[in-house]
Amino acid sequence: MKPAPFRYARPATAAEAVALLASSPGEAKLLAGGQSLVPLLNMRLVRPAVLVDLNGARELERIEPAPRGGLVLGALVRHADLAAAPAVRERAPLLAEAARHVGHPAIRNRGTLGGSLAHADPAAELPAALLALDATLGLLGPRGMRRIAVADFFRGLLATALAEDELLAEVAVPAAPRGWGFGEIARRPGDFALAGVAAALDADGHARVVGFGVADRPVRLRAAEALAAAALRDETMPARAGTAAASDCAPAGDVHASAAYRRHLATVLTEDALRAAVGRLGS
Amino acid sequence: MTPAAPAERLRVRLTVNGETVEREIEARRSLADLLRDDLGLTGTHVGCEHGACGACTVLVDGRSARSCLLLAVQLEGARVTTIEGLTPSDGLSPLQEAFRTCHAMQCGFCTPGMIVASTELLAATPAPDEAAIREALAGNLCMCTGYVNIVRAVIRVAAPGGRP
Repeated sequence: MKPAPFRYARPATAAEAVALLASSPGEAKLLAGGQSLVPLLNMRLVRPAVLVDLNGARELERIEPAPRGGLVLGALVRHADLAAAPAVRERAPLLAEAARHVGHPAIRNRGTLGGSLAHADPAAELPAALLALDATLGLLGPRGMRRIAVADFFRGLLATALAEDELLAEVAVPAAPRGWGFGEIARRPGDFALAGVAAALDADGHARVVGFGVADRPVRLRAAEALAAAALRDETMPARAGTAAASDCAPAGDVHASAAYRRHLATVLTEDALRAAVGRLGS
Repeated sequence: MTPAAPAERLRVRLTVNGETVEREIEARRSLADLLRDDLGLTGTHVGCEHGACGACTVLVDGRSARSCLLLAVQLEGARVTTIEGLTPSDGLSPLQEAFRTCHAMQCGFCTPGMIVASTELLAATPAPDEAAIREALAGNLCMCTGYVNIVRAVIRVAAPGGRP
């Protein structure tokens, strides 16, 4: 099981990578951590004429605090570094926790933030966490950088707003609310989640609750969000919000779990995530 | 810059188990195949070739990686350690000895990957509990043992007085 032959390029900057994409329209693939792309290459499900290896573009590795409590993250930040970086743990602990749940140690050592977003697996942790945190993505193309909200980036199963000539260069995370919760259920640690929930909650009760593995993309669980403000005062509310969450889920059933079971997990995980978020606001 | 043509052979220079290695290879050659077929280091086992089984796990600059998911040309300047590099010239490492003592292998196919993954765990966490060991090794599949004796072996070297 070997990849089909391809031309290989290792640009030293993101701009050079974009120029390479432009010179091979529709024929090039970007290689970041390779934890999803290389299996597809090995199985020949993807056969690009040109492989543009981003790993030489060190500018994409940055983890930087931004003004007013936010973060700017480069697309090449590895999951292991996202989970461990003090700036991420302090400013966006939900994101650090989500990163800890991605794959196994060897996968977290190589896999990247940008790769996870661009691959857009509906059961992936980081897209959901960034949707809960209302992050903005920077897409670098021949005409410069355009910004897009994470909410507008995911278009369906493995589908995104990224154009063929664009590179997902950076992720801007605004200051995160103090309340947060994250949970997922997987058969083994490191497997893709059967279902998961990421929640962010501020002291005024504004919530962004996101389910993953429960639709063709990460989805806001808006019925649960609407009950979150009451959860600050009423401890029966997280359970009611969990029940409400099911209405925003449209999971597929497969050999790993039925649609009904995934929906059930979403209700339990929503309740747990909201309780955790309320607890963190109170502490 | 112009991308290298498909059949073109690219030069890569890296360190494998402390020795500098230089080869001309096709861009599509995996690190696993470079290690096994070009360098004769057959201790790195190739199971699934898509990152699911963990048998081909090696250390790259001290961190575990699936060698079937890396192109060898990406390893320019890197420091790779395989199971051969973790094995003393005069016998077994304490971790390998513990695998033997605890009967932590049957067919042995997964063992090199298990040892490499355990080495990384113990370097970061010298005294992991059972849950931490199971989580660290969850990406390494074993079809024979049921994992119990593998976990026992890692606990044995992680215990006070033990060393990897």
